[in-house]
Amino acid sequence: MTITLDSKIPDGPLADKWQNFIANERLVNPANKRKFKIIVVGTGLAGASAAATLGELGYQVEAFTFHDSPRRAHSIAAQGGINAAKNYQGDGDSVHRLFYDTIKGGDFRAREANVYRLAEVSVDIIDQMVAQGVPFAREYGGLLDNRSFGGAQVSRTFYARGQTGQQLLIGAYQQLARQIGLGNVKLWNRMEMVDVVNIDGRCAGIVTRDLMTGEFSSHSAHAVVLATGGYGNVFYLSTNAMACNVTGAWRAHRRGAAFANPCYTQIHPTCIPQADDFQSKLTLMSESLRNDGRIWVPKNPDETRRADQVPEDERDYYLERIYPSFGNLAPRDVSSRAAKRMVDAGQGVGPLKNGVYLDFAEAIGRLGESTIRERYGNLFDMYERITGENPYEVPMRIYPASHYTMGGLWVDYELMTTIPGLYCAGEANFSDHGANRLGASALMQGLSDGYFVLPYTISQYLSEWLNKPIPDASHEEFRKVQQEATDRFKGYMAIGGTRGPDHFHRELGRIIWDYCGMDRNAAGLEKALSEIPALHEEFKKDLKVTGSDTNVNQTLEKAGRVDDFFELGMLMCKDALNREESCGGHFRSEHQTDEGEALRNDDDFAYVSAWEWSGDMANPIEHKEQLEYEVVHFQTRSYK
Amino acid sequence: MSTLTNLTLKIWRQDGPTGQGRFESHQIPEISDEASFLELLDILNERLIEEGKEAIVFDHDCREGICGTCSLMIDGQAHGPSKGAATCQIHMRTFNSGDEIVVEPWRAAAFPVIKDLMVDRAPLDRIIEAGGYITAPTGGAPDANLIPIPKPVADASMDAAACIGCGACVAACPNGAASLFTSAKIAHLNLLPQGQAERYKRAEAMVEKMDEYFGSCTNHGECEAACPKEISIDNIAIMNVDYLKSKFKNRKLLDR
Repeated sequence: MTITLDSKIPDGPLADKWQNFIANERLVNPANKRKFKIIVVGTGLAGASAAATLGELGYQVEAFTFHDSPRRAHSIAAQGGINAAKNYQGDGDSVHRLFYDTIKGGDFRAREANVYRLAEVSVDIIDQMVAQGVPFAREYGGLLDNRSFGGAQVSRTFYARGQTGQQLLIGAYQQLARQIGLGNVKLWNRMEMVDVVNIDGRCAGIVTRDLMTGEFSSHSAHAVVLATGGYGNVFYLSTNAMACNVTGAWRAHRRGAAFANPCYTQIHPTCIPQADDFQSKLTLMSESLRNDGRIWVPKNPDETRRADQVPEDERDYYLERIYPSFGNLAPRDVSSRAAKRMVDAGQGVGPLKNGVYLDFAEAIGRLGESTIRERYGNLFDMYERITGENPYEVPMRIYPASHYTMGGLWVDYELMTTIPGLYCAGEANFSDHGANRLGASALMQGLSDGYFVLPYTISQYLSEWLNKPIPDASHEEFRKVQQEATDRFKGYMAIGGTRGPDHFHRELGRIIWDYCGMDRNAAGLEKALSEIPALHEEFKKDLKVTGSDTNVNQTLEKAGRVDDFFELGMLMCKDALNREESCGGHFRSEHQTDEGEALRNDDDFAYVSAWEWSGDMANPIEHKEQLEYEVVHFQTRSYK
Repeated sequence: MSTLTNLTLKIWRQDGPTGQGRFESHQIPEISDEASFLELLDILNERLIEEGKEAIVFDHDCREGICGTCSLMIDGQAHGPSKGAATCQIHMRTFNSGDEIVVEPWRAAAFPVIKDLMVDRAPLDRIIEAGGYITAPTGGAPDANLIPIPKPVADASMDAAACIGCGACVAACPNGAASLFTSAKIAHLNLLPQGQAERYKRAEAMVEKMDEYFGSCTNHGECEAACPKEISIDNIAIMNVDYLKSKFKNRKLLDR
């Protein structure tokens, strides 16, 4: 399959593009919708909202999740909120401002038309979710409350305590459950997608593995939507849930879908620092805490006093000092790097000196403990449970951790990958956040893609296939791909080495974190590019999977996911090495200003790197989508 | 930071839904008190794999107490000894050196064991599918601020909506009832103005679906004590009132 990148951006002025698309798109009439089968893989915000809406419209939908229930998807863990340009606070917000903040926050590496559409439909998302019964926070008068978030100077974030992701996912899950109950959507739970099948130049379906029985099966459809989430777990330690993986996107990539900007990964500034070596995951403390918490480190690296005994003039409130206009609300990438510098300079706090303080003493003094408890109670409880420290009394300790991945499968304006008929939504695609995502924008993008974009754009493609036969799952290509998948998993069982998959994952994560984490340079990336294949070879020789392949086997599931992380890790480092500039989450130490800020190179790198699988993980083929801005102008991103 | 020594884990192993289960003992010579309980199981599993033995199967995912996937009876208590916490939020500092810790799957007729510590909780999804939603097809929603919702109402709804669907309430209940789960969902939606149109239909459909799978509630209150989100048992009263009303109201007439 040869790759051509056609972004299919509609004609017209930026603000009219989406309406122009809707006015001119090809539709499928209601009676004909029943004739089309659509597979949706993943049931997080993007997948559940897409499956529910497509089911409502009348398509035959099959939804796949590897969890026991669609409600488990990791969207559920998002804490802080969801942005929308409602301007309910009358503080100067507008669709244009949300669009502009998102483009700027993404360091001018996102596609303008997609981002504008995202800002445009953001207002519909809030209406939709409220109608579904999402209990967003309210003022005493009964109207919706908003809070502010990093990278914005308006309050446009809607929230449901510290559990916004949970409430939104449950809303989307309930819409999906309704469609399942009505028989419009068929749910396959505990089923993992392990490959994509293409026939005659279009995506014809998927191959899955039943996690209960180990059985492989093929499923054909007119179109397939991947909403399989991000790849942050490539770092091993991240805030992602344990099962989050790249397999869905990666297997599609190996079958011809271009993978865009893999080096754009987001390191979230406010996570609980690692406590010891065998830690399995890191826990995020919502960015919303930065509304009231002040970040500081002791000026003296050898400080031994308790935090509350360090006098004001011996504290360095470094974000407020360096970025006076945004202060503690500086965007994530900027805040993360600043924390790293403090810790690297020896000013870190905590037993391992691997964190910085997030201090609420001033806010508690000003607002009272009950207000703080109301705003962040569950986050404070969570912190105390994990660390054994009471954040009402001592400051939290935080440190950056892998949290979100802006890169993902390349998609056009219609969210179609480079494989016709294969769509990608939510965190799994690359489309809206450029090189850095602003807080409270992931939930917005997932729901935008699933509720308001895909249901419109997919008919454009499906209408071409009306009354034309498509191959069913008995087609020889399905049989061939299914056999390959079966052999791959049998292969993991047969290695018979000495180490479980977690060992290799941990080692891989260390390499990626050290050389392709918050601070990257050519020498380190070259090193990673030689260490990863060596470790991958060791994996192939020394992996040990016990148990059976015809029964539940979580070790075997993990082996397949780790295998794919190796190949992705290579591509990340390759992409990071290739991008000789610093932008957003991608910081190359060779490219920084005298003050240590990211130095973009718009002349040479204002493009999306979309990588094609060549069959050899060391030699992917790069394609470029030039980013052309009609409305915004490049500027140095400054939060000072 | 300190270290716990000489722990014994007695863990339920079962090959499949129809297999004969058994307890298996494992010694843990030492573990940091900073480790979470599930990290202890991770470490044990890595050891088992390296010894050529099959890893213990258990459900888990987010490890921050929000996804509701983890599900263990630890020393006979659903989600273990800490109040208001899911299994993944239990840290070893809760235990003492020399402890013997008994680990079992959820025990409930409606949740058959799939393998070892993993159970099938699909009936909870069936209850939601029966009516645990507001019918609001995508696209036609009015402006979100059109209906003001008093803060106490929104808060009460949110308290109920915090349910993570883990099934601890069922596992803790001597009757294997799912009343706390079902009532939390009914209360979340029935308290809101948006939920009024389907209020009685919802209560009836969900309660009757629940009764197909689960035991009856006799007000033991074990569910509330086990709930990692501390969902109030008052929701069960809300559910019962709405269910009763649904039976008395001539909804067929009203629907016309």
